[in-house]
Amino acid sequence: MSDLLTTDVLTALIAGGILAGVPLLFASLGEMVAERAGVLNIGLEGYMLIGAYFGFLVAYHGGNTFLGFLGGAAAGAAVSLIMVALCVQMGLDQIVVGIAITLVAEGATALIFDANFAESRPTLGATGRIDIPGLSQLPVVGGADTSDGSIFSQPPIVYIGLIIVALTAWTLRRTHWGLNIRAAGDKPSALDAAGVSVVATRAWATIFCGAMAGLGGAYLSITAAGLFEDFITQGRGFIAIVLAMLARGKALWVLIGSFVFGISLSISDVLQIAGVDISTDLVFMLPFVTVIVVLILFGRRSYLPAALALPYVRGAR
Amino acid sequence: MSSETTAPSVTPGAGETAPVPALGRFAETAIRSLVPVLLALVAGGLVLLALGTNPITFYANVWSGGVDFTAWEDTIMRMAPLTLIACGLIFVFKAGIWNLGIDGQFLLAGAVIAGLAPELYGNMPDALMFFILFVVAGVVASVWTIIPAMLRAYYGVNEIITSLMTSFIGINLANILIKGPFQDAASNVPQTKAIPFTNLLPTIPGTRIHVGVIVAALAAVATWYAMSRTSFGLRLAILGANARAATHVGIPVARLIIVSFMVSGLFIGLAAASEIMGIWGYVRADWNPAFGLLVVPLVFLARFNAIAVIPFVAALALLTIGGDFATQEAGISNEFTLLLVGLVLLFMGVTELLGRNRNLGASYLQGIRRKVRVREETS
Repeated sequence: MSDLLTTDVLTALIAGGILAGVPLLFASLGEMVAERAGVLNIGLEGYMLIGAYFGFLVAYHGGNTFLGFLGGAAAGAAVSLIMVALCVQMGLDQIVVGIAITLVAEGATALIFDANFAESRPTLGATGRIDIPGLSQLPVVGGADTSDGSIFSQPPIVYIGLIIVALTAWTLRRTHWGLNIRAAGDKPSALDAAGVSVVATRAWATIFCGAMAGLGGAYLSITAAGLFEDFITQGRGFIAIVLAMLARGKALWVLIGSFVFGISLSISDVLQIAGVDISTDLVFMLPFVTVIVVLILFGRRSYLPAALALPYVRGAR
Repeated sequence: MSSETTAPSVTPGAGETAPVPALGRFAETAIRSLVPVLLALVAGGLVLLALGTNPITFYANVWSGGVDFTAWEDTIMRMAPLTLIACGLIFVFKAGIWNLGIDGQFLLAGAVIAGLAPELYGNMPDALMFFILFVVAGVVASVWTIIPAMLRAYYGVNEIITSLMTSFIGINLANILIKGPFQDAASNVPQTKAIPFTNLLPTIPGTRIHVGVIVAALAAVATWYAMSRTSFGLRLAILGANARAATHVGIPVARLIIVSFMVSGLFIGLAAASEIMGIWGYVRADWNPAFGLLVVPLVFLARFNAIAVIPFVAALALLTIGGDFATQEAGISNEFTLLLVGLVLLFMGVTELLGRNRNLGASYLQGIRRKVRVREETS
């Protein structure tokens, strides 16, 4: 067991946590903002899948990973427009439409991928990394000379993600936009009385959620896997929804939660490096078991906005 | 209805202000249920055209692949688990509760009875064995709903999320059981020991159809009776319509949530028992038919009526059995079924919008809209 604490294992643990955690980070950050505005996106899994496919497609044909990330975000935002039109605008049940979006996305991506790439099944090369000068030479957290990097040697998209987290936290807490978003979830009638459109606020929050989830999906296919396959998200969209709820509306908690979940998703590979053989089924269960235990222990304190998943009808009681 | 009432209605409910439908309520309701299906078939046809497949040929292949020769027997047998799952969902959806952990409950119950069956087989009459296996499957799936049920009932934690989480855990736990204690020692493949094909559930004379279909039919009748003719069904309906009202009339809301979740799990466990004891005789690791989310829209289209859901179940069974053949003929991915069911759900939403100002029969989503969070009532 002494093998467990070598620098190689710790570096691999951090790298794996980041690789598996970044898709969760983007998706649950978007979901957190949308939930604060009162929109529950059960279709998050669908946004991620569409983002993963189109991100891969753009990166493959455009030959540029950054274009791929933009393409994934745009595709995710485009799908979220269904949610905006049917739920935010028209007030339909958010859960029914969310399930529909997930099913359609699963079927559509499998169908299009099969039609376009069934024979070739192309893969992308490794995404280029940035080494932070000086810091990347540190043991364990540096990672300049390892194959998967570590905290200070990551593709630019990871650092962009951290900047987005900081900006989102600041926007929610310190700006009028943030106040509007929080009011749209907690007391939409007050926002309406203040002369701000509840529908527009929720619509922008939902589109942000779609773009972030699409970006997370694109990271999954472009950087983490280097390829696309059917159902590549494997329920990560649902984990991201849970993370957003457990984060109680705080961007920093989204960041911590994503990293912890990333580690538990990637720990089986790391343990193999350390020479520990453990059933992959057991390891895949771990993050979900963790959530259930956390919910049983802290369930009373999970925070949800008062008007979550309820359409806003002016003057309704 | 409104034509008989002389006093003008003060509240402008859709049912009061709209004129009496020319076709009668039943026909209007039927139209409202069929329109989303037809729209989805048309939209799916356009997708097929875009992929270079002739939609008419494709849908004809779905029909012949699901009906011709002995395929109709497979279609009818596929209806058994789907109907049982639909019955289970009616008990929760009617109460405004979302049990979306269907696949985990189904697979865990399936894995447990597949591991238990070879132990019982030969030690007792087959009839007793099947009875025990059906009961065990129902109990296992039912127990697997308790965590989300209690988190929802006592803490007010969103049951969609927790039931999905326990579903993932159940799927992996089923795999662990199959690869571990239940592994067939004589096999290189991770699977349970099979009971012989000749000793699966008995068939209806003259066909290959197993009696699980009869269990499903009885379950549908029982569900219809429980929902429409008993006080239990009425309580569930009140809870679904308005949780605050349910508390005020003295309904023990927390207990009712747990009971409805467990009844739902019970039927999903029966679905697993019928599928495994009727068709397979064993379970292989990573086997997951993923019926769960496919059945959800059917329950809405049938408006939580266990008898009315049967035609929709038949259509889905035909689509899944015949769809395999048709997608193979057309050379496209067989996940087309998922796309089609998702489109039905989306068009259901659109039809709901169009019908809001016209009296197109009862709403799909009545009772599933929670105006009040139960948390406030229970704490």
